[in-house]
Amino acid sequence: MIKINNAKLADNSVVDLEIDNGVITKLSKAAGSKSVDGIDAAGKILLPGLVDLHTHLREPGQEDAETVLTGSQAAAAGGYTAISSMANSNPVADTAGVVEQIYRLGKSAGLCDVNPIGAVTMGLNGEQLAELGAMADSIAQVRVFSDDGKCVADPLIMRRALEYVKTFNGVIAQHAQEPRLTINAQMNEGSVSARIGLPGWPAIAEEAIIARDILLAEHVQSRLHICHVTTAGGVDLIRWAKQRGIQVTAEVTPHHLLLTDELVENYDPIYKVNPPLRREKDVMALREGLAEGVIDIVATDHAPHPAENKDCEWQAAAFGMVGLETALSVVIQTMIESKLMDWNQLVDRMSIKPAKIAGYKNQGQLIAVGSSANLLLVDPSKSWQVERSKLNSKSRNTPFHGMVLPGLISDVIYNGKQTVIAGKVVKVESTING
Amino acid sequence: MITGHLLSAADLTKEEALNLLSTAKELAAITDGPNKKLPTLRGKTVVNLFFEDSTRTRISFETAAKRLSADVINFSAKGSSVSKGESLKDTAQTLQAMGADAVVIRHGSSGAAKRLADTQWIQAAIINAGDGTHEHPTQALLDAFTIKQHLHSEQSDLTGLRVLIVGDILHSRVARSNVLLLTKLGAQVVLVAPPTLLPVGVSDWPVEISYDLDSQIEKCDVVMMLRIQLERMADSFFPTEREYSRRYGLNSARLAKLSKSAIVMHPGPMNRGLEISADSADDLKSVIIDQVKNGVAVRMAVLYELLGGAQIGESK
Repeated sequence: MIKINNAKLADNSVVDLEIDNGVITKLSKAAGSKSVDGIDAAGKILLPGLVDLHTHLREPGQEDAETVLTGSQAAAAGGYTAISSMANSNPVADTAGVVEQIYRLGKSAGLCDVNPIGAVTMGLNGEQLAELGAMADSIAQVRVFSDDGKCVADPLIMRRALEYVKTFNGVIAQHAQEPRLTINAQMNEGSVSARIGLPGWPAIAEEAIIARDILLAEHVQSRLHICHVTTAGGVDLIRWAKQRGIQVTAEVTPHHLLLTDELVENYDPIYKVNPPLRREKDVMALREGLAEGVIDIVATDHAPHPAENKDCEWQAAAFGMVGLETALSVVIQTMIESKLMDWNQLVDRMSIKPAKIAGYKNQGQLIAVGSSANLLLVDPSKSWQVERSKLNSKSRNTPFHGMVLPGLISDVIYNGKQTVIAGKVVKVESTING
Repeated sequence: MITGHLLSAADLTKEEALNLLSTAKELAAITDGPNKKLPTLRGKTVVNLFFEDSTRTRISFETAAKRLSADVINFSAKGSSVSKGESLKDTAQTLQAMGADAVVIRHGSSGAAKRLADTQWIQAAIINAGDGTHEHPTQALLDAFTIKQHLHSEQSDLTGLRVLIVGDILHSRVARSNVLLLTKLGAQVVLVAPPTLLPVGVSDWPVEISYDLDSQIEKCDVVMMLRIQLERMADSFFPTEREYSRRYGLNSARLAKLSKSAIVMHPGPMNRGLEISADSADDLKSVIIDQVKNGVAVRMAVLYELLGGAQIGESK
């Protein structure tokens, strides 16, 4: 049994609670007494465990960058109790066998739910549907499908995928990138790319696919999720779609809420990411979209890479940034401290809504008696300096290195057990190699 | 005196650029004599690190370094460890271990020179000899030198001159460096190209933009033709070579419309008959051969200043 005393909830009430057998068994107004046999949470905020819909765990295939275990450790450190492994592993997660392997590795790590996302097409080739039904029926119970990293560019394949997953209430998570408009694209197309001579990745290449796919989703009456929206125009299109009643949801990454393409000026590949960092104007539109609920959730797009893939010239570098361990702090800084959102909205965007979109049971539940004990404690008054060598992730490619960010996570409880104690991830005894 | 590296024309103040040009002028005068060689950089090692083929730029730098008595190592990516997958970092560290004092780098990736300068891979002075579609600052310096030599040798800078840069601005490192440098020196720059070959965001540049060469040709002092690469046609930047040549090529009809004093420039290598007709290239207005010659003097000046050679007077 775990006791937590004097914890402030997102609604500002202060409570004592008890956890037993993985659920919250007792919840009462704080008696005000100092905790002797539990966690004293005075000054801290207790939130439902975070849920990430977009995580690259690199296992199987690129274990030098990350494994399910190290990714789970990074997730726990960042306050996550559920993450979603993107399908672009090697082999690709396009069969029941691969998704079950990832699922089992997640169970073995035991630090958070690891929910595999299935590929939409075989080998992410964009041509032939993967066995979506088999993945849905597997023990991993896949409901979210994505070719992330690649766009499902063929409109006919996209249409079929959207239709097909209706059988099991699945959702297609689209990486919106028109491939012909982004050949060899390296960064946002605009003033900075013109000046520094890098091939541009225009906003329209994202917006054209969003526009097409929301119309397809409307036509076939299915569920569409837009991964990592980065442009003001994309936010407008999704707003329009929602007003029309189309079943579309969307995510934004922490880095797109904070960073702009001006950072690319010095060609440091730490800022190389796909979709690229955009203009200040887009960043502001994304923040407003998230506050308004047009963008439903924050997702990390945690993308670990080994050092050599960033310690090189820009064009040789890999796209992607790690983000699990900094996500909450970046959202606190960009959305809470700016007063665009309150804590209830943060809980909605980072826990409740992502769990709902993906259909994750026992996740994203409000803190109440009977709810699953997936929780985190964060001290919003404390800030910390990001130090890449101290990350739990196996990779070091954080664009936030050296930045001082608000919100220090002290404890995380997953399924009734503490995975983070006093800011440190607990050691796990892995039962499966890897 | 410039210090550190030369990565972009934007690195130079107007004063530094003009000083470089006058140093180049002095060096050119010396090397025009019977003994072309100066002892200034004796004992220094200059590495020409070329990841892209460019015989012209490489031999220009090589000649410049040798005239200053530096040791020159030519490192070409083809047939080297680079073609076996060695990274830029490892190549740079190797050159560092061998004691390179300056690295002249030509690389297909925009920003490669800047990366060498910003990382701790190598301590040498870095000279950008063309990085991807970004910049080629010594080309801009030699162009400014040539323009000044022919049109403004008595004036302090290029104020009042109108320079057309015609062609593939989007992919041109020559254009980017020239826009930065020539405008800094007071010239008015007009970029002439089809909209497909102008970058999105070009409206922020301190230049005029035109899609119509004929409307500009009569009122310029300099027309600089850029090389057009044939593979651009396959990517639909323009319909056919013939159409490009008709609309944006410098032919005899357009040559005849140039003002009496105007000069014709081209960074080379030329596609004769495509962006420039043979008679334009060989016309008296053409200063293309002077550009090549001045390239050596300007690169001598850059090496001389960056490697901190003795005063020019002393080395005579």
